[in-house]
Amino acid sequence: MSVPRFWRNLGSRYNLEGTHCKECGEYYYPPRDTCVNCRRLGKIEAYKFKGTGEVVTFTVIHTAAEGFEEQTPYALAIIKLDEGPCLTSQIVGDPEKVHIGLRVRSVFRKLGSDGERGMIYYGTKFIPDEA
Amino acid sequence: MRDVAIIGVKNTKYGELWDRSLRQLVVEAGIGAIEDAGVSGKDIDALYVGNMSGGRFIDQEHIGALIADYSGLSRNLHVPATRVEAACASGGLALRQAIMTVASGYGDIVIAAGAEKMTDVCSSEASTALAAAADREWEGMAGATFPGLYAMIARLHMHKYGTTSEQLAEVAVKNHSNGVHNPIAQYRNKITVEQVLSSIMVADPLHIFDCSPITDGASAVVLAPAEIAHKYTDTPIYIKATAQASDTIALHDRRDITTLDATVVAARRAYEMAKVGPKDIDLVEVHDCFTIAEICAIEDLGFAEKGKGGLVTAEGETAIGGRIPVNTSGGLKACGHPVGATGIKQAAEIVTQLRGEAGGRQVDGAEYGMTHNVGGSGATAAIHIFSRNR
Ligand SMILES: [Zn+2]
Repeated sequence: MSVPRFWRNLGSRYNLEGTHCKECGEYYYPPRDTCVNCRRLGKIEAYKFKGTGEVVTFTVIHTAAEGFEEQTPYALAIIKLDEGPCLTSQIVGDPEKVHIGLRVRSVFRKLGSDGERGMIYYGTKFIPDEA
Repeated sequence: MRDVAIIGVKNTKYGELWDRSLRQLVVEAGIGAIEDAGVSGKDIDALYVGNMSGGRFIDQEHIGALIADYSGLSRNLHVPATRVEAACASGGLALRQAIMTVASGYGDIVIAAGAEKMTDVCSSEASTALAAAADREWEGMAGATFPGLYAMIARLHMHKYGTTSEQLAEVAVKNHSNGVHNPIAQYRNKITVEQVLSSIMVADPLHIFDCSPITDGASAVVLAPAEIAHKYTDTPIYIKATAQASDTIALHDRRDITTLDATVVAARRAYEMAKVGPKDIDLVEVHDCFTIAEICAIEDLGFAEKGKGGLVTAEGETAIGGRIPVNTSGGLKACGHPVGATGIKQAAEIVTQLRGEAGGRQVDGAEYGMTHNVGGSGATAAIHIFSRNR
């Protein structure tokens, strides 16, 4: 992925910055500039998510996407954030421990890379929140 | 608007066709469909071609012009040619564009083709190209693969409804069993549930035998206004409905991960347009890019109660001879899945069946058939209903 394409979204990738519509109350992560419910009448503002949520569903990837080969097997999940929206992310740690309903929280980690000498991407992953 | 009929169909062989190029494949399909219809090149008013990713697979864009040129429709006839892209639903949308062109009166004889050449790149490059059907920035960047997304659908379907890996495997077993009788199919061998379950795990709970393969192939159909279709063939097959719907590009934004709302809505529109219901449909080609996708499809199209798709498959209701035969062609799983071609191949299969020309896989007495073509993990659905009777 090109540097500008990644860099544009650093705030969202590093800090779980999304958006919130003041008109209808819906939260968006990944961020949206246009509210799905209110469309042009929405009032969108930036919002930083707390980073806690739970696993809606998951898989353990054995045949990786390009750039993720060294990480297999890895758990990939759809996570519902406590504010409402869902996102796709990896769950760090033992894939065997992941289950539907698992409480998780966000952490800052390496995401992937463009080959051995290429750019390394950092961003948000999740870990079990057993506190 | 005018009624529309299909008067000619042709599929190339589907498979790993190392010695054949994209242009050769689609020209073979196109010329074959024209010959089947008994029309000539100068009758053709327009050409649509479904192609997902010529740019990634063969470094070639401008596919419409390329195909028209090598079909002999450009330098002398200057036939308008349009490439249509909606990931794996590109073919279904090309068909829909062609139908609308004839229905509106803008054209009379119109070709809808689909083609993909996937084996000129290695399998990891092909996987990356296919993953572009999902949200690159917010799914792909997290490490999602296409099998991974459908695996997450499967996992939740199992959790909510008790669907089992054995039931998923039954979809692949049935589709391979149908593929045996389809001369163009990539795989014409039977497999067993045990073979599916012991094949390597790609994205838990999906094994490699739960996944459709990488395939080269092309398909084409010829459309004409219904009122003149009998001039060309004794067995025109009529389009009773064309419908399309969209949903969120990312799986995580869906209302329900285990339901493809685009399928549900497109099906509702199609049934309304054709004035029929699921009980009237005699056979259906559904988009089984993964085994779980067929289970969701038969539920979302109304052929099984939500959550019971695996059960009815294991009970044989979707086999040839069962209550509602699904994927008589072998489906994407056994016939193969050249992504841009699949939606057209589905239509060609239904036409072949409704004409009574399907040989060992024939569904006897079929009057209504349906096709269901999905883009990505469900962001696009295209559904068509066909009938022997106008
Ligand atoms: Zn709003």
